[in-house]
Amino acid sequence: MKMIANHGYKDGSGEYYISLDTDKCSLCEEHGCLDGCPGQVFEIEFDDWDEEVATVRAGARNKLKQICAACKPVSGRPLRLPCQIACVSDAIKHSW
Amino acid sequence: MNENETKEYWRWKEYNWKNPDIPDWRGSLVTAGVDVGSTSSQAVIMVDGELYAFSNMRTGSDSPSSAIDAINWAMEGTGLTLDDIRFTVGTGYGRVNVPFANKAVTEIACHARGANFMYGPTVRTLLDMGGQDCKAIHCDERGKVTSFLMNDKCAAGTGRGMEVFANLLAVPIEEVGAMSLSVEEEPAPVSSTCVVFAKTEATGLLRAGWSKEKVLAAYCSAMASRVVSLLERNGMEKDFAITGGIAKNPGVVQRIERILGVEALKPIYDTQIAGALGGALFAKALFAKAGKDKPALQGKMAGR
Ligand code: SF4
Ligand code: SF4
Repeated sequence: MKMIANHGYKDGSGEYYISLDTDKCSLCEEHGCLDGCPGQVFEIEFDDWDEEVATVRAGARNKLKQICAACKPVSGRPLRLPCQIACVSDAIKHSW
Repeated sequence: MNENETKEYWRWKEYNWKNPDIPDWRGSLVTAGVDVGSTSSQAVIMVDGELYAFSNMRTGSDSPSSAIDAINWAMEGTGLTLDDIRFTVGTGYGRVNVPFANKAVTEIACHARGANFMYGPTVRTLLDMGGQDCKAIHCDERGKVTSFLMNDKCAAGTGRGMEVFANLLAVPIEEVGAMSLSVEEEPAPVSSTCVVFAKTEATGLLRAGWSKEKVLAAYCSAMASRVVSLLERNGMEKDFAITGGIAKNPGVVQRIERILGVEALKPIYDTQIAGALGGALFAKALFAKAGKDKPALQGKMAGR
């Protein structure tokens, strides 16, 4: 069964959530998200079933708008973000 | 200093409880869950998967001693010692600092499992309104989490935010909900989503002549709107239940129900124990899975 973890927040300017399909993480050996993200947003932890899954680092959860701004220029935003390119399993989605 | 300045209006009832229907635990499997949250800590003891005893208290200055105090208080009058508990799961914010736990499990998984026990297997959407954060959780009929969404931004919409308001308005926290529902006309929610600004706004409204009831209604309404947006973002599926301290506040619960057009399941247990209860259920399952006794399992805690 799928397990989607959403980390982030909503403030006056919008909703900033990163969704991780952690079932895909449990089958992932590369952990490309770790080095592929210049903002060091991700870390790997053990879930409740002792599987290694990605999560959003606690210190980044309430600052996603600022941290990710560098990858999301107002004009010319790439179709796929660096984290999404680095994650070959397509487990990462951004709400904004 | 007057009485209002010294009285702690935020203080909620701390207590322990023992199930009178289970006269003795000897010869049975005893497991425990200890939830060390940012503002409150609970310990739940189960006997053969039945709720036997629990404690609910304020978290102290550090997680290990809060966990020890909580389990000791839950064991009070039962004849149990820590050695009689075959498996313990630590959960909550301080879960890795429960010194006697065999394993740490996230509060998200524990709340879902606890809610499944408390409300039954029909619960699909769970709102956990904790001391310093708020989580929208989806789970299946076994209480396994299928998705969650956490508000990581600030204390608005949380127990801590409500405590701040209770103190500010000098209203005992248990009375906040009922008082907020006594207004004849529902005021607009306070506009700020940050508890610090909401406090400033509330002070301004009091100065402008608003009654305490009206200010509380505006705050409960803001809190309800805020958490409903979490539920909407994660998807809302019936049955719906609320856990955590704010689930005891009818002013927030009824407003959430009104906005969603869905009634929350009515709790028969203290909604604050859901995490620890889920922990004790995990402990039972993990003990059965391991098929071993506690000392052999303690190594599993390393680094968790
Ligand atoms: S690279 Fe993708 S699948 Fe692998 S751990 Fe990171 S997010 Fe999960
Ligand atoms: S957009 Fe992706 S790669 Fe860029 S900082 Fe955010 S999470 Fe990291």
